[in-house]
Amino acid sequence: MSLGQTILTVAAVVLGTMVTRFLPFLLFPADKPTPKVIKYLGKVLPCAVIGLLVVYCLKDVAVLSWPYGLPELIGIGATAALHWWKRNMLLSIAGGTVLYMVLVQLVFL
Amino acid sequence: MQTKMRAFRAAFPYTVPICAGFTFLGLAYGIYMNSMGFSFLYPMLMSITIFAGSMEFVTVGLLVSPFHPLHAFALALMVNARHLFYGISMLDKYRDTGKKKWYLIFGMCDESFSINCSVQPPAQVDKGWFMFFVTLLNHCYWFIGSTLGGLLGSFIHFSTEGIEFVMTALFVVIFLDQWFSQKEHLPAVVGVSASALCLIAFGSGNFIVPAMALILILLLLFKKRLEQRMEVEES
Repeated sequence: MSLGQTILTVAAVVLGTMVTRFLPFLLFPADKPTPKVIKYLGKVLPCAVIGLLVVYCLKDVAVLSWPYGLPELIGIGATAALHWWKRNMLLSIAGGTVLYMVLVQLVFL
Repeated sequence: MQTKMRAFRAAFPYTVPICAGFTFLGLAYGIYMNSMGFSFLYPMLMSITIFAGSMEFVTVGLLVSPFHPLHAFALALMVNARHLFYGISMLDKYRDTGKKKWYLIFGMCDESFSINCSVQPPAQVDKGWFMFFVTLLNHCYWFIGSTLGGLLGSFIHFSTEGIEFVMTALFVVIFLDQWFSQKEHLPAVVGVSASALCLIAFGSGNFIVPAMALILILLLLFKKRLEQRMEVEES
């Protein structure tokens, strides 16, 4: 690929990405009333989308072969338990991540 | 100035886990580009302009294939389609943020969105500047990690396998925070189960768009019931 083609390809990716980010704000400008159904979706979507993101993070976990997604399951369980107990975001994330690293580096080889 | 400092101080702690995750992922991305024969300028400039992690990894593949900008554009739309949902969720929150709004939208990656949509900064902190600094800090971490990865590429050998789990843990924690703060759990349940179902049905490469469609359909089907329950909650 020539330099010009490389730049055009990156530009096309930037444009595609920006369309997905800006489109809702262009379709529903701040100075006009937002349709009711969009307002409703704005209220209920955040919870649903974070659920989608959790699944998205786990999309490449192979549950049918060793180690059957056990490191992820244990890591998420530990993160959730810590968070339930202490409600400290940094502690829960650090605890879960360190445990996961130990599991994939030392336990589930 | 004081408003900005206060917002910065409130925002920074929320971005610390992302600093860890982005520095690592950015390094990995920079090293990857280096190994494919690209100078550090590529990950550096792409991390600023695209700022959508998974799409940047995909773009490396595009750059070593035959030239096809329309395909690149369409692929970026598909991979990043979830941003449409973020935008709809943030229409209200970004409303009165002035000129910052354009940057907030430009920099709305998964992590910035998840913090900005769920964290309620303390009352004396300006919300617009809080969200601005969350977005800017995350953008900086990603930029620094990618550039360093591109520069150091061949010198680094990691023993940090598994650190990418920091992103999963972050989303799990945000998911739980939302769960604890709301009485109505149906949207969260719909999000997880529809996504899991589509992942099983369509596989990891193709599940996002069908999952988004299924989430939309289900939430619209439950609209009457959910609106009634939420009204009861508010009053």
